[in-house]
Parts: sequence; structure tokens; C-alpha cells
Amino acid sequence: MTDNKQTILAVRDLKVDFTTPDGTVNAVKGIDLDIRTGETLAVVGESGSGKSQTMMAIMGLLAKNGGVRGSATYRGQELVGLAPDQLNKVRGAKVTMIFQEPMTSLDPLYKIGRQIAEPILYHRGGSRAEARARVLELLELVGIPEPERRIDSYPHELSGGQRQRVMIAMALANEPDILIADEPTTALDVTIQAQILALLRSLQRRFGMAIVLITHDLGIVRHFAERVVVMRRGELVEQGATQEIFERPQSDYTKMLLAAEPHGRKAPPPETAPVILEGRNVVVDFQIGGGLFSGGKRYFRGVDGVTLRLHEGQTIGVVGESGSGKSTLGRALLRLIHSEGIYRFGSTDISRLDRKQMRPLRKEMQLVFQDPYGSLSPRQTVGEVITEGLMVHEPGLSRADRDRRAMAALEEVGLDPAARNRYPHEFSGGQRQRIAIARAIILKPRVVILDEPTSALDRSVQGQVIDLLRTLQQSHKLSYIFISHDLSVVRAISDYLVVMKDGKIVEQGDTQDIFDAPQDAYTKALIGAAFSI
Amino acid sequence: MIAFVLRRLGSAVPTLFIVVTISFFLMRFAPGGPFNLERPLPPATMENLMRTYQLDQPLWRQYITYLSNAVTGDFGPSYIYKDNTVAELIGKGLPYSIELGFYALLLALVGGVTMGTIAALRQNSVLDFSIMSLATVGTTIPNFVVGPVLTLIFAIMLSLLPAGGWGDGSLSFLILPMIALALPQLAVFARLTRGSMIEALHADHIRTARAYGLPARVVVVTHAMRGAMLPVVSYLAPCAAALMTGSAVVETIFTIPGVGRYFVLGALNRDYTLVMGTVVLIAIFVIVFNLVVDILYGLLDPRVRHD
Repeated sequence: MTDNKQTILAVRDLKVDFTTPDGTVNAVKGIDLDIRTGETLAVVGESGSGKSQTMMAIMGLLAKNGGVRGSATYRGQELVGLAPDQLNKVRGAKVTMIFQEPMTSLDPLYKIGRQIAEPILYHRGGSRAEARARVLELLELVGIPEPERRIDSYPHELSGGQRQRVMIAMALANEPDILIADEPTTALDVTIQAQILALLRSLQRRFGMAIVLITHDLGIVRHFAERVVVMRRGELVEQGATQEIFERPQSDYTKMLLAAEPHGRKAPPPETAPVILEGRNVVVDFQIGGGLFSGGKRYFRGVDGVTLRLHEGQTIGVVGESGSGKSTLGRALLRLIHSEGIYRFGSTDISRLDRKQMRPLRKEMQLVFQDPYGSLSPRQTVGEVITEGLMVHEPGLSRADRDRRAMAALEEVGLDPAARNRYPHEFSGGQRQRIAIARAIILKPRVVILDEPTSALDRSVQGQVIDLLRTLQQSHKLSYIFISHDLSVVRAISDYLVVMKDGKIVEQGDTQDIFDAPQDAYTKALIGAAFSI
Repeated sequence: MIAFVLRRLGSAVPTLFIVVTISFFLMRFAPGGPFNLERPLPPATMENLMRTYQLDQPLWRQYITYLSNAVTGDFGPSYIYKDNTVAELIGKGLPYSIELGFYALLLALVGGVTMGTIAALRQNSVLDFSIMSLATVGTTIPNFVVGPVLTLIFAIMLSLLPAGGWGDGSLSFLILPMIALALPQLAVFARLTRGSMIEALHADHIRTARAYGLPARVVVVTHAMRGAMLPVVSYLAPCAAALMTGSAVVETIFTIPGVGRYFVLGALNRDYTLVMGTVVLIAIFVIVFNLVVDILYGLLDPRVRHD
């Protein structure tokens, strides 16, 4: 950190409040922050820490019920309370922003060329042809292949990584002083994450803008930022040079965050453990296109000849990037989608069973989904959600018995049994995932397939859920298939690892062995990207 | 695009066939017939009539005859308007209904979308609540009340506009029936627009547009409106078909010689051929407007473009 760097954005006693029907929520409770020319500042915190809202407030992007007080001066100009047309001269030109959701941050109805050109035309003027030339230059710069062709693409025709590159092109268009990147890589695959961060770094070197990186991922911070600000519940907990923070964290919260990386390892089950679930030569084809009047059907092979054996007490980690077929494989193993191959559950051949014949076995094989917000019905109480399976599989139970089971299950996942009378929206993400786990274990299954169960959660909450899954595995003798793109979580929880790419297994074996000495080039790239950014 | 249109028109044939078949038999299974009058006809006359209109034939034969005639555009004679064929009746009335319906659609669309957008931009304000209450009133008051009230105020009390009839077809004759016809649809458009506009304004890409300093007008009109229009456009098809095939109530109140009353009159009098003709007409309108809307939708939204 050099002292000759000039402060270009000074935030003083910034407060953000939201008026809600339940009263005022103080999202940001008065923070001071300096952003200096050309530096990389990381703002770190878990969800609800106010890290994004701080930046939204500066940019004048708060939701309608949000109010901001305090001061944020950009080169001496006060941004808080600035008239919209004045603010519009700063944002998009001097201070730009890229967002977490590359899939939705671009307008789906316009070509990307036009969307990048818009801020150029508004801030700099000039003709459409000049703007187009500049857009081509920018697309080239952010590494979009064939810019002349891509400039006329719509967002849905690009991958997530490419869309984020388009956003970066937009952010760079007017050569900003400050680029705010709000969780820019969270929604992307690890190898793409690494590329995007490398791109940001090289662009920063070339153009010298300051980057404010808002993130919950400390791994990124360590390799990317010069200074770190740690936020919690709307307050600034700690700030300092990156190395200082990582080596000598002062506050307990920072220490906790640093220690929240998933830890622990799982020992493999004994060699004699019988196979409980097996799929041989699993093939899943998806039909794309084809309808009553449109002629030829085409197929996309989601899973391509995968063989997997889950032993009793084992946890198989299935990793791969989006589109690798890992979730599809999980659903095929549970016979939830149409697929080819030979499937066995214990000693039973379940390959040819129809839906009705599968039903008694469903109790034994449960599924927990990624999205704890979408996978619980918002119109059922938690008690109804978790006892629904009991109504089907143990119809003889009385209402009181079901209630008792619900209380026991909730207690087991670390929730207050009184929670059963409340609705899912009253719970946090981590608590909802606990509810989803309770729904699975209440049936006393033998196999649970966990499809990205921790991906939507904060690191510290992730750790708790993983500990819970471990405890339950032991007390209920469960076997898990743990599907995830998060290698550090998989390393902590699984004893056997399967790496998938394009529907095929590229490498499999003992988790520790693969992490220590990956054989396949793709596995190497994956592990490299996950632990070096 | 051309292939898409041809394919859709091709699929319209079985749709029409099914519509014709179902309504043909439903109509016949309803009790009564076109010549069952309050004072029964002498048996000989009845028999004569039945023979003339081939109603003495077995049902399946009547069905085949009807189908093969309909294919050639012959929808048979009307039973109640004895001097006219169904095709003539519809041919005479349809231009009036289409013209009136078109203006009503325009009014409903422009008025509804404008009101809905204003309401969305001023969400939860007094203006929003007033527009939405007005919309509720528009949907709840039936047009057989709106029509006479409009006539009473503007034609009789203020003497500003004619009370009914088509006259020379000038705008003054159209205004009142157009309003009566458009009001409920206008309310639906306002509601739809408000809902989808509020959603569109909360979209991530709107936040992006604002973050890049685009003026509010551009954010709203270019980025929010276009996306918000998608559900509105979807509703356009059934709405246009309903408005342009005439409204029995509005056309009766304002004595407009459209086709709206034929469906009701035909159904009440068991005028089989007239009802069938009207059903086919409505079905064709629905199919055509659905196609138009799908093409419009593709123009608005590149994700569902048909190429």
C-alpha cells in the first residue's frame, strides 16, 4: 500500500435503511471507506452484511423502500442525494459496476452490441458507427471470440462466462476510475471464475482503474485484493492490507470467517461394505426440438455410459461444472427420469420398475436439492413439508405420531421443534436447508442424494450443514452421493470422488488421492482453478 | 418464418375440424329444434320443413353434408332469417363488427397500457390506487349498464353524440359503443400492464441500465416496457377475437347491424346453421389472431423467435 495514492471515493458515515412492513431495517449502520486510485479493494462479508447495499447506495441503485444518509464523495462531488441527471453523468462513465448474475443482468431483448453501445452513446456521444467500432474493440479486449459475429448475438446465445465478459466490456467502455464488481464470479464455474478474475486483473493493469470486489469468497480475496474490508451486519468489522488480515486477523468475526473453510476428511467405509446403490452404463438422453409439426427429433446426451457403485456408509462426491451431467446422473440413479442402464438397490434390480413399483423404495432413497428457497412449498408449514412423505410411506401413523416424528427430525437437524408450525419463508437459507434435510431423514432412508446442498449458503453456514450431514450419516448409517461444483466442500465430506465432464466420468478414485495427485488434465485444471484463484 | 406461418396454418385445419365437430353435435343434442315454436306447427308442415332442410336425414349424414358444404364456403341457409344464407348474414354484418371492434381494441390497448404503466411507475401512490380502482369498476360494471348510462349522459342529457345506429359510419356514431365495448378490456390491459411493468422494473437488467447512467426515459421505455409488453401481447389474441366478432349486448343497445347478436339469437332459436357459422367465424378469428400474436411475440422477444 503506497501513500501517494489519492483517494477518489470517500465514504463517510454511510447509513442505509429499508422501510419494511415489519419496521425499519438498518442494512448499513454508518461506515467509512476510502477507495484510492488503481487499487483493488475487497469488501468481504456474508449475506446480510450490507456489503452490496453499501455500493448500491453509492450508485443510487437502492430499492424504492431504501434510504441513504451520510456521504460518499467522488473526487469531491457528493453522490448521496445527487439529482438523477447529475448522478447519471458519474455512474456508467466514471464509476461502473458488474453484477453477480450474468444470466439476468443483460436485457434479454436486445443484441449485446447495442447494450454495450448505449452507455458509450449517452456519455460520450458520437455516431452509432463509432460506438459500434468501439464495441468491437471492447469485445476483442475482453476475449470474446469472433467479435464481429458476436456483436449481433442476444444474451441467451452466450454462455455465463461470456455474458460476464460482455458486462466487463460495458463497464470498461467509458474508461472508468472505479469498477465495482459485485460477486462477479459467484455464479460461474470454477475454471471460468479463474478466467474472469485473470481478465479483470490484466485489464486493471492496462487501464489502471480501481476495482472494488464485493465477495464472500476469501479464496478470491487472498489472491486478488490489495486491501480488505470486512463487514458484518451493516458494520465495518476490520480493514487492512490483505496480507495483514489473513495473517493477523484482529476481530473474532474475521478469524471465524478465515476458519470457516470446510475442514475434516472422511474415512472410506470398510472394504466389506456391501453395495447399496448401483448404476451401470447409465445413459440419459434429452430430446431437444421436435414437436407435432416440426419433424425430426434431436437428442442431447446428458449422461453418457456412467457406472457408479455406492457402498453402505460411503460418500461419493460427484464434481463437475454446469452441464457436466452430475445432477442428471443423480436423478437417473433414483429413477426419477427416463434413462437407460442397469440399476440395483441393495439386491433388487430396479432397472425395469415402473413408478408404482418404485414407490415403496422411494422411502429408502431421498433427495436434497440445492435451492432451499425453491424446494420447500411456501404454502405449507414446515411440519406439513417434512411429514408429507410419511403420509405416503407410513399411512398408518396417527397425526400425533407424525407430529412426534416431525419434532424428532427437527431436533435432529438442530432446529427448534416449534418450527414445525411456521412457514419456510420465516427461515434463513441455512435453516431451510436443515428443513430439507429433515424432510429426507424423517423417512429413515438408506441413501440420500445431495444435489449441491451447500452451494446457496454462506461459508460459515456451509460448515454447519456439513457437520450436520456427517453426524446424521453416522447415527443413521446413511450413504451419500454428494453432487457439487465446490471442490473444497467435496474434499471435506466425501471419501470417493467422481469427476464428470460432458456426461462422462473423466476420473474417479479415493478423494484424497485425487486431490493429491490428479491424473486427468481436466481434473488438474479444476483443482488448479479452485485452489489458486 | 414463412415455414412457421404455413405450419401454423396447416395445424389450423384439424383445430377447425374439431371445433366444428364438437359444436355440431353439442348443438344437436340440446333439446328442441329450429321449428319447435310456442304454437306447434301442423305435422304436415313440420315434415315438409324437415325435408326441405334435410333435418330428417340421420345425424351422421347431416354432419357429412354440412362438412362437405362448409369446405366449399357454403354454410347453409339460416332457419330464422329465412331469406338469407348464413354466409350472407355474416358477410353483411361482419364489416360493422370488425370496424367497431378494431377501434375498441385500439382504445383498450392504448388506454390500458398507458394507465397500467403510469400506475406501475407510481406504485402504491394515490394515482396508482385510483387507476386500479377505476380498472376494477371497469371490469365489474357490465356493459348493459355502461351502454345505457353512456347514452343517457352523452346522447340524451348533453345531446353531444347520437344514441345509436351506424349512421354514415362516422366517428360520432362509434364513440359510445366503442367505449362500452372497450371498457372491460381496457381494465384488463391496465391490470396486466401494471403487473408485468412492476415486475420488469425490478429486473436485474433494469438495475444494469440504471447503473450505467441511462436516462430514466430510456430505462423505462426501451428496457422495461418491451419486456413488460409480452404478457399484454399474449392477451391481445383472445381480446381481439372477442371484440371483432361483435358483442350481442353492445350491438343490440346501440342498434349496430353487426354479427354479435347472431350467436345469441341463433342459439336461442336452435338455428343450427347460424350458430355453426358464428362458431367457425370466431374460431377463425382466434386462430388468425393467435398466429399474429405469436409472430409479434417473436419480434419482441428474440428468445422465442421462429426461424
